[in-house]
Amino acid sequence: MSGPAISINNVSKRYRKQVALDGVSLEVAPGERVALLGHNGAGKTTLLKLVLGLTPSDAGEITVLGAPPGSAAARRAYAYLPENVAFHKLLTGREQIAMLARLKGESAQRAAESLERVGLGDAMDRRIGTYSKGMRQRLGLAQLIIGQPQIVILDEPTSGLDPISREMFYSIVVELAEAGAAVIHSSHALTELEARTDRIAILRNGKLVADDQLAQLQINANLPIRLRVQAGLESADSIAERLGGARINGQAVELICQPGEKIARLAQVTSLGESVRDIDVIPPSLEDVYRHYCGPDATLEKAP
Amino acid sequence: MTGRIAAVAAAELKIALRNRWILTATFMMTAFGLVLALAGSAPAGTVGADRLTVTVASLATLSVYLVPLIALLLSYDAIAGEVERGTLPLLLTYPVSRRDVLAGKLVAQLTVVALAVLIGFGITAAAVWAAGGASLSGLRDLTRLYASAVLLGGTFLAAGFCLSALTRQSAAAASLAIAIWIVAVVLFDVALLGAVVVDDGGLFTTQIFPWLLVAGPTDAFRLFNLSGLSVELETGGLGGSAVSLGVPGWAPLVSMALWPCVLVLFAAFIFRRCEA
Repeated sequence: MSGPAISINNVSKRYRKQVALDGVSLEVAPGERVALLGHNGAGKTTLLKLVLGLTPSDAGEITVLGAPPGSAAARRAYAYLPENVAFHKLLTGREQIAMLARLKGESAQRAAESLERVGLGDAMDRRIGTYSKGMRQRLGLAQLIIGQPQIVILDEPTSGLDPISREMFYSIVVELAEAGAAVIHSSHALTELEARTDRIAILRNGKLVADDQLAQLQINANLPIRLRVQAGLESADSIAERLGGARINGQAVELICQPGEKIARLAQVTSLGESVRDIDVIPPSLEDVYRHYCGPDATLEKAP
Repeated sequence: MTGRIAAVAAAELKIALRNRWILTATFMMTAFGLVLALAGSAPAGTVGADRLTVTVASLATLSVYLVPLIALLLSYDAIAGEVERGTLPLLLTYPVSRRDVLAGKLVAQLTVVALAVLIGFGITAAAVWAAGGASLSGLRDLTRLYASAVLLGGTFLAAGFCLSALTRQSAAAASLAIAIWIVAVVLFDVALLGAVVVDDGGLFTTQIFPWLLVAGPTDAFRLFNLSGLSVELETGGLGGSAVSLGVPGWAPLVSMALWPCVLVLFAAFIFRRCEA
């Protein structure tokens, strides 16, 4: 289809006097994965709930595949994985997923297949009450892949997952996006996200302060680049002196430069010839970019 | 649409079966029913009335207390529980309307009530039948009682849904459920009696009281069943029959049928407005 799958246009939402979202605009194309970042209380969950039609917005307009959020047409397209996904503990995994599959017009057989896919094949006839947190989270993944979702909304989904399950989660997200789903993925796990999203949107106090590809955000932020020079024939101390950097151990020197000076600095380093053994160029990480956009006063939660 | 209601209902029924609600409700109906039937059979033997009819009168009085209690205990958690567990937001992003969710839960819980009452009445009636002295006319009374008891259950299931959607908290919904039960089965009658005593045969007693009595869902149920008995019995409780009170004979039935409809619509209205 043409045009964005999710279109958020100048949307605001307040809870009593608390402003949760303030004039937020964001578009997600089919097949695109957008990471939604922001400090606790920045409005990430609120924005996702608006897109899902669970909460009405106060101002602005949201369309999901051209339909209002929460409408029958939109609901047929949704796949949602909430933070702390919960199910009824007295049902078995198979019964729970089969029930949800029926709501999407899919067969119980499809439910069993998706349970196999997330590694719950052996546990699916046990009651959910006996599941560990990671297993419940994988049950959440199983319901995500039922049907052919076109709108995938993930709210801090990897918090309870072990590294293997995380890999499985990201491969599922890639599959969904390759099948044409528009994905919004809110997270604190910055290092995980870095290589796994097409675009990054950052919310701060209810306002969208960034919305671009990581490379472009890095340029826009104009954050310093680190050059790590490994000493060759010459000692690290003397290289540090000649280049004006800081020695970080016996073998290496670190130079900090602005993006605009990078090439000039590199030329300077290579002119040293045999004195230098190797050089690493370290661009600002997503974490650095995030810190830049969320300001020094924002609290940064690291991924567990 | 019906497939979705069925999917919700099937899951709810499994839950009711596993948290032993079906068992508890059935046990309550059966145990109290048998005790009443056995205790009531001694005096009835000398009166000469049909034994099953006498039992129906006892079961009607029992149902006024037990059926609303069972229904409220089943339903108070229906929405509040989903909200507290955090299962509601996910469910509401699925292609199922809130109306269908409510309908599915109602179907499942009404099935539980219907099953519990059926087994409870069935075992009691079978015991009385086996003891002898029962006739087919008593069976007709029993069928009437059964149908109206299920309707009474529907009324209080819907009432439970209303307060569950209103409070959205299990504990608050539970305490309100008990409050509603006490008001509906005890305080409403006490208040009416008090008013009649104070009024001392005035306008209230002759004109307003009968209608208020019929308007209450539990009193309507009692009137409907006791006045419909195939044999006139000297029964306790408020009022003998609707006609003797000065209201039309159809009034209790209309009241009984209206209550669940109104409450279900009200529950759907509240649920639609509640944000997930």
